[in-house]
Amino acid sequence: MTTTPRTAISTVTPAPPHPPARGAGLLVGLRVFTARSLKHSFRDGESLLMAILLPVLLMLIFTYVLGGAMDVGEGGDAAGAREAYLAFVLPAVALIAAGFGASYTSVVVSNDMTTGFMNRLRTMPFPSVTVLLGHAASSMVRNLLATAVVLLVGFAVGFRTDASVPQFLGAVGIIAVWILVITCVFAMLGMVAGSAEAATGYGFILLFLPYISSGFARVETMPAWLRPIAEHQPMTPVIDSSRALLNGRAPGSELWVGMLWCAGLMLLAVWLIAVIFPRKVART
Amino acid sequence: MSYTDSPLIELDGLTKGFGGNEVIKGLDLTLPPGIHALLGPNGAGKTTLVNILSTLTPADSGTARVLGLDVRRDKRRIQRLISLTGQYAAVDERLTGIENLHMMGRLFGLSRRDTAARAAGLLDRFELAAAAGRRVSGYSGGMRRKLDIAVGLIARPRLLFLDEPTTGLDTRSRQTLWDEITALAGDGTSIFLTTQYLEEADVLADRIMVLNGGRVVADGTASQLKERVGGSTIRLHDGQGRVTEEIATRGTALEISRHLAALAAERPDVRVTVRRPTLDEVFLQLTGKQAS
Repeated sequence: MTTTPRTAISTVTPAPPHPPARGAGLLVGLRVFTARSLKHSFRDGESLLMAILLPVLLMLIFTYVLGGAMDVGEGGDAAGAREAYLAFVLPAVALIAAGFGASYTSVVVSNDMTTGFMNRLRTMPFPSVTVLLGHAASSMVRNLLATAVVLLVGFAVGFRTDASVPQFLGAVGIIAVWILVITCVFAMLGMVAGSAEAATGYGFILLFLPYISSGFARVETMPAWLRPIAEHQPMTPVIDSSRALLNGRAPGSELWVGMLWCAGLMLLAVWLIAVIFPRKVART
Repeated sequence: MSYTDSPLIELDGLTKGFGGNEVIKGLDLTLPPGIHALLGPNGAGKTTLVNILSTLTPADSGTARVLGLDVRRDKRRIQRLISLTGQYAAVDERLTGIENLHMMGRLFGLSRRDTAARAAGLLDRFELAAAAGRRVSGYSGGMRRKLDIAVGLIARPRLLFLDEPTTGLDTRSRQTLWDEITALAGDGTSIFLTTQYLEEADVLADRIMVLNGGRVVADGTASQLKERVGGSTIRLHDGQGRVTEEIATRGTALEISRHLAALAAERPDVRVTVRRPTLDEVFLQLTGKQAS
């Protein structure tokens, strides 16, 4: 082994410095993150399939297993009851599909937070809100696709409606708003959760929300202690108004109550994200 | 002052704690451009310091300047000049290598064309061209790390932070990566790296700072650090080259020559080597003292 000291500081003559990076703007950021998230969704074929298949199966089970026994007020024989129940249950199933699809966002966000990927993004010169916007945009594409499949299968198994085109689009619009809200909520959960598994767990709680609403049974048929919860939780007015529109009826005040809930939840989720995001550095 | 003629990093009384536990305890440091290694055991505060310098975490008190810019006030301007490659490969596993590079290039604000040209160059340089179209989930640890660093270089940063760049890599990948990192310095990219491996700091860095318990306990070139601990060891070997005895000295010519003269008189055939302390020994001594 040599005893001569290693040469001291090697003289590095830096090449002429490159100009600073410009950094991406809102539009480029949005495009990059939407593309990234869409690539994720469509490459992870199994997740996408589940997000579509589960709500469809759910709808078929509710219609064929329970539908004949459910009285949602239209009366008639078992077949009539079944058809009435399909029309009744359809919006709830579409919203559950949105929930399934959006829960994927929390897994991706949580993954990004825990692997250090988000840390790298946060040291880069672009508006961080584009990360969220990208998730929202791709979640919208994914979930509207799932909604379309649910509605198509609904039509295939006997759903008929007198809804006008604007009414029908209105119903889809309400579902789209819900997709946006639930995606932001799931993105927030993904940030807070310690791991992707935990994020999925939190998601399950949210996915139970539609069952305690007017989505699958009339609120009046529920026990007195449950009724106020079911009646006043955010999904009930959302489901009621989209159901009314989907079946060609006027949604009435339910629409505004539902949209207020959506706006409120959305603001809360975005506010929480804005507060938590700058503070939360992944401890990898 | 503009970032071109400023020190790379200037710390003045920098502190940072988490819930009453002080991780960085008043650091003062000025570093010129070049390759610098922050060496320290787990929990020494290395990552925390990197996080502060790369604008991820605000410090509690004191100031930190990167390329002459204040990490608190000029966050965005710093972000245009730096790049962080964290402890675990921060690449998107579900995308391909080239998609990762494109994504980051666009986010740094490079045009599509510049991004594509730069990505192609980096893929070649890091010998990833053949794997460019494959998803990162199928990459080996070494490939992932290389891609990670390539991604960090896409916008030609003035300063690249490498947090434990070779942790978990096999010897060969480590060697390749070292070659790449050394080559970077020639491109005008300064590097601030953290490591637990003394050899790594020794091979790569112009200057090594030993961080222990939130303080810099030693600072200098590898050679200067060894000097600090001082002393050379005279080793006696048997016929097979095995070390049979070690004599600690203070390393002065006089002391060593006395020992050698005595040995020559008693055992003229014994084989002898004189060894300077390894950086490991320096490290253990420096961090051990501090801990006790």
